[in-house]
Amino acid sequence: MESRVLVLFLGLTLGVGGLTGCARDRLVQAADSTQPPVIEPDIERREIEPPRIDTEDFEVGILAGQISVEDFGVNTVLGGRFAYHVTEGFFVELAAGKADTELTSFERLSGAAQLLTDSEREYSYYNVSLGYNIFPGEHFIGKNRAINTETYVIGGVGKTTFAGDDRFTVNFGIGMRVMPLDWLAVHGDIRDHVFDIDLLGQEKTSHNLEATLGVTFFF
Amino acid sequence: MRWVLLVLTLCQFAIAGNAAGAERQYREVTIADPFIELHTGPGRGYPIFFVAERGEDVELLMRRTEWFKVRVARGEEGWVHFEQLTTTLNPDGEPFDLPALGFSDYAARKWEVGALYGDFGGANVIGMYGSRTVTPNLSGEIWVSQALGRFSDNTLVTVDIVHLMYPDWRASPYFTLGAGVIKTVPKATLVATIDRTDTLALVGAGVRVYLTRRFVFRGEYKTHVVFTSRDDNEEVQEWKAGFSFFF
Repeated sequence: MESRVLVLFLGLTLGVGGLTGCARDRLVQAADSTQPPVIEPDIERREIEPPRIDTEDFEVGILAGQISVEDFGVNTVLGGRFAYHVTEGFFVELAAGKADTELTSFERLSGAAQLLTDSEREYSYYNVSLGYNIFPGEHFIGKNRAINTETYVIGGVGKTTFAGDDRFTVNFGIGMRVMPLDWLAVHGDIRDHVFDIDLLGQEKTSHNLEATLGVTFFF
Repeated sequence: MRWVLLVLTLCQFAIAGNAAGAERQYREVTIADPFIELHTGPGRGYPIFFVAERGEDVELLMRRTEWFKVRVARGEEGWVHFEQLTTTLNPDGEPFDLPALGFSDYAARKWEVGALYGDFGGANVIGMYGSRTVTPNLSGEIWVSQALGRFSDNTLVTVDIVHLMYPDWRASPYFTLGAGVIKTVPKATLVATIDRTDTLALVGAGVRVYLTRRFVFRGEYKTHVVFTSRDDNEEVQEWKAGFSFFF
């Protein structure tokens, strides 16, 4: 009898103990899921975006000077240029310019005869040229300052509109780029524009020398 | 005068771009070669005025063609040839991946512009084009050409499809088909002539050779059939060669 009571008691104790134990485990588990972990692993990587390197191979600018249009006097020319530097030596240039030409000596002396209308008298050109920095160098200003320079030879083909027609034109010349700042250049250029013209009856080759000064910006 | 304004606007952008650069952060690399040489200018012949040693950090300020302008820790600024920077390291110790332009960029090109010069039925021709690559083999081109001859001037605008035979070769032949319009303006010194505009179709072949950086040489032959309003169509042969750049 006594042993039966003991078994029952032990059984109850085990059962209740087991139940409460489980409950405590569950409680602990529940607490685990709500509490933050003691050590937060800091594994978030910083994304590093390296700053871009500025590439300045393009050059854009304006030019002004004088052009001697064969038979039509020396005239002020205004223009623009755009260049791309392919290597330290070679660059490609797209240039355009415009000038209003004067009367020829014949027109002036004869008084009345006009060879061209006003719109035909306008001289404009564009060209695509390949240039080569033949003599890179430095200019020394005073004792402590040096400015980088590049002397270049350039030549190309293009179109000249003059005396009512478009004329295929070859240009070639020499120029110098003086760079007081890395992004600023001052140009001095001498170019010959050569084309055939049959305005006065017989076809002849006309040489038109142009001297200009210009400012360009690298970007 | 319009293009003068355009150039002036471009100049303004160029200046603004440079002014904005004053505040910017520059890319830093660590020298891994025994030393690098700082030149006074971005080209051959400019004297070396400073040497920076292995382990020093330098800032890359700008790039012009094959030269980088760098600033060393002491504040000296000078130009370094890219070959001396190929072995430098990033701040995390990884090798600096120099943004050099090469054949792989050529193979992955999308846009291209170029100018070619040659002969168009006896007249001098200057042609400029813009091109968009669709697949490694196929691209579409828009051409504007001016042919300046003894008796007349022509302006051509054509749209061409180009098939490049071997896109993974440095030099590859290609074939082209196109159509467009041609405007003919007789010389002012000729009597009793009128301007005319006709449509045309063309077929051609050529070769393109990748040279360096963004530079491509290109030579081609095209034969044009001009659909005139007269009894016979006109055929014009064109040869030209020139250079292009890709982006």
